[in-house]
Amino acid sequence: MDYKKMVDKLEEELPEKVRNRLKERMEEEDLNKEEAQKLIKNTKESYKKARFEAGEAFGVVAAQSISEPATQMTMRTYHVAGSAQGVEITQGLPRLIEVVDARKTIKTPSMDVYLEDDFNNEDGAKEVAKNIKETKMGDVASEDRVDLLNLSIEIDVNSKKLEGMDLDLEDVVGKLNKGRRKYEAEIEGEAIKIEPKDEDISVRELQRMKNKVMGKHLKGIKGISQAVVTEKKGSWMIQTLGTNLKKVLGVEGVDPTKTVSGDPREMQKVFGIEAYRNTILKEGHKTIKEQGLDVDIRHMMLVADMMTTDGEIKAIGRYGVAGEKGSVLARASFEVTVRHLTEASIKGETDELNSTVENVIINQTVPVGTGMYEVSYEPKK
Amino acid sequence: MSDVFLNGKFLGTTEDPKEIVEEVREGRREGKIPKEFNVRHNKDEDNIQINTDTGRVRRPLVIVEDGDPKLKDKHIEKIDEGEMGWNDLINEGIIEWIDAAEEEDLLVATTEEEVTEKHTHMEIHPASILGINASLIPFPEYNRGDRISYGAKMIGQTLGFYSANYPLRADTKSNLLAYSQTPLVTTQAEEATELNKHPAGQNVVVALLSYKGFNIEDALIMNQKSVERGFGRSYFFRTYDAEKKRYSGGQEDEIKIPEKDVRGYRSEEAYSQLAEDGIVPPEVEVEGNDVIVGKTSPLRFMGTGDFVTGIQNRRETSITVRHGEGGVADKVLLSENEDGNKLVKVTLREQRIPELGDKFATRYGQKGVLGLLEKEENLPFTKDGITPDVILNPHAIPSRQTVGQMLEVLAGKTGALEGKKVDGTAFTGKTNEDFKDKLKELGFRSDGKEVLYNGETGEKMEAEIFQGIVYYEKLEHMVSNKIHARSRGPVTLLTKQPTEGRAKEGGLRLGEMEKDCFIAHGASMTLKERFSSDEVTLPVCKKCGIIADEDEKTGKAMCPMCKESDVEEVPMSYAFKLLLDELKSMVIYPKLEVEEAV
Ligand SMILES: [Zn+2]
Repeated sequence: MDYKKMVDKLEEELPEKVRNRLKERMEEEDLNKEEAQKLIKNTKESYKKARFEAGEAFGVVAAQSISEPATQMTMRTYHVAGSAQGVEITQGLPRLIEVVDARKTIKTPSMDVYLEDDFNNEDGAKEVAKNIKETKMGDVASEDRVDLLNLSIEIDVNSKKLEGMDLDLEDVVGKLNKGRRKYEAEIEGEAIKIEPKDEDISVRELQRMKNKVMGKHLKGIKGISQAVVTEKKGSWMIQTLGTNLKKVLGVEGVDPTKTVSGDPREMQKVFGIEAYRNTILKEGHKTIKEQGLDVDIRHMMLVADMMTTDGEIKAIGRYGVAGEKGSVLARASFEVTVRHLTEASIKGETDELNSTVENVIINQTVPVGTGMYEVSYEPKK
Repeated sequence: MSDVFLNGKFLGTTEDPKEIVEEVREGRREGKIPKEFNVRHNKDEDNIQINTDTGRVRRPLVIVEDGDPKLKDKHIEKIDEGEMGWNDLINEGIIEWIDAAEEEDLLVATTEEEVTEKHTHMEIHPASILGINASLIPFPEYNRGDRISYGAKMIGQTLGFYSANYPLRADTKSNLLAYSQTPLVTTQAEEATELNKHPAGQNVVVALLSYKGFNIEDALIMNQKSVERGFGRSYFFRTYDAEKKRYSGGQEDEIKIPEKDVRGYRSEEAYSQLAEDGIVPPEVEVEGNDVIVGKTSPLRFMGTGDFVTGIQNRRETSITVRHGEGGVADKVLLSENEDGNKLVKVTLREQRIPELGDKFATRYGQKGVLGLLEKEENLPFTKDGITPDVILNPHAIPSRQTVGQMLEVLAGKTGALEGKKVDGTAFTGKTNEDFKDKLKELGFRSDGKEVLYNGETGEKMEAEIFQGIVYYEKLEHMVSNKIHARSRGPVTLLTKQPTEGRAKEGGLRLGEMEKDCFIAHGASMTLKERFSSDEVTLPVCKKCGIIADEDEKTGKAMCPMCKESDVEEVPMSYAFKLLLDELKSMVIYPKLEVEEAV
């Protein structure tokens, strides 16, 4: 049997995925012509039934399909990913809300860093992680003393940690003495001595200076406080806490074609609105899936599309999609009623009454489903 | 330096907080200062709180000094002989009352064996860590904690013999369980609280069995004959008040059968249940909305001009039985209230026989509604001819882990066979082994299972069924309190929408989310019909777009703005008309653009 020819004829009616599956099954079952035609007929019918019908309120269906499982989501936020250190990432309902709300700052920004083939092994991954993770002076210090007599600061350095970071004391002093500063750092035995330039410095100022020195950037990429190496089916990757996508993409060994940030707005800044849409889709669906819930990705697609159709980010809610509804009554019934009514009356807005909520308010047929069409009959005169 | 507070007020500071705390405790124990003093040294905030005020929850603990409880065998002997009482123990400084704050400073041992040098106090009994309701549950240590919480909560909802003088009382609402029994498996707390003198439940034979599918989702199946013998039967009492109020101008209410000319007169039949004095006599049967006290009042808004006394100026204010309730007039009480007004209280009594949907529970938080009342002859029976009173679905057990209830079945069975109560107090260390041998001695299987025969076919059942005696409680949530339906009915004045709530014969709200479901299904026309409860058709001026008035003389609609009557009849919800009115009152002009209907 030439199944391929039969299936190829359906190009106009069925999508590629369905056609391929159809062909596969036909071959598996080794159908005769009659059977194959029957299968095609049934498939076409099923596909037709599975599509939305004209007038179906798929927006409401999507909203219900996402929000009903969301009510079952636990408020559990913590999750240990990968190694013993673990990266705590916001999950569940709070995560879903911050994605859909298009928050400017998200609670726990993180990145999934993928590696180029040469670095796709444990050592390579660890190497990259070391270069990504931000190290501050405070991270390598084991003890610090403020010498009130000589008005100076002494910092003991954990040499093991230092070694782990591929740094030595000279590197540290070099980094500390970089840029404009009010002190001079030098090595004194195994410790680092910080001598203020101002000899009449107050004790309080000295304390402040100490905090500043401890926060001094030594190595890695700013903003990335943790980098955890994980392995999945022989493929290595790095999960980070804190994001800096632009910089990380330039690090040696990082695969810039796969590496993503969990902060949708950062993705938009670096890659544009299409990437933003995909991040919303991916993160939203992933969050629901992680909770053991099953929501068809098409519902999430609608949400992501609604948020990005203008090329600008629109949140679901008062300041985004819902706030831009055409109808005055619909907006007023949603939130901040008085403001919408006053603004509408000042502008002299007209409500065309062609959507759902406003027609429910005035008790007219909602132009959806059975209310979408009218039958009119004009008798012959 | 520690701050010292007395009842939350700053008193002063001290260098030696320990000394003050010790002094208060010593003084309290020696009787130098009142027993109501409690002291706490909060080390985190470095202050001392001494509390003597009312409203603190306190509980008694045995004092331990240097690893030695002060309560000795000699005291217990004396208590047994009646030479010593509770107050003596407190006065002698053996037991003291501790409040929640002071407890933070203490180390309390649960048993005597546990006491070490470090301990300051000891529990009187390990079970006394439980509250009153929780301590009424036998074998609680075999259950998950949440089940005990649910069980304890439900004990508060059980019907029982709440008061011995109930015939004399006029409670607004009360329930009384007929034939209440003390539990066969009991606890020491049950004796101590004397709940065994006015119990709240009944001991019944329970089989753990799936039966015809009528006990799915925690429903229970009951033996019709057991119900007819009085299982779960209760009485519901409600007292109605009528006061003969006095008003300014020397007018007052009248309690009597209203005369025909009174405004709001019902019908002659409506007053037929009343005696000559206008009050329903005892043992007369009444239904919902029947008049039980006939009453008239003077009109409320009387203008100064037409001050006329007479029947026409009185209105009907009779007391009627609540919608959906009924029963028999139990007692009528005539009295006077504090203002010297005549007061009539009529108590109605309604018998409540278990019906489908009534709620029952065991003491382990295993609640369920009645799913089927099965004839006794159809129920499975044992070789001795025992049929279960209740059939409980075995699926209720594994996910909830109420092992205590399983133990109660065994314990209850031995108790019933021996004619003895069984003690199930918490932490007394009883296990199923305690009942196994006894059951065997009494001629039953040691695991509590029994061979049952199908009541309809007489065939032996393949599996042995776990059957025994469990204490069942009837809860106050009964179907007859909740059943409600409406087709047409009263509407509210303002919105013309149906009233809300069962008492007002209200409608069932189709809410925001339900509306969304109709839309998701594309059922617009159904949705419109459901929301049409307040639909009105109003004339709208084609020119001005506002709702026109109806001219009383001509009956024609006329626009109040342009004084013309070029209108279109528009159907809309009355709520929308109200919205338009409110917008107008806020000086917003909502103009409707209307066109002729096709
Ligand atoms: Zn007009």
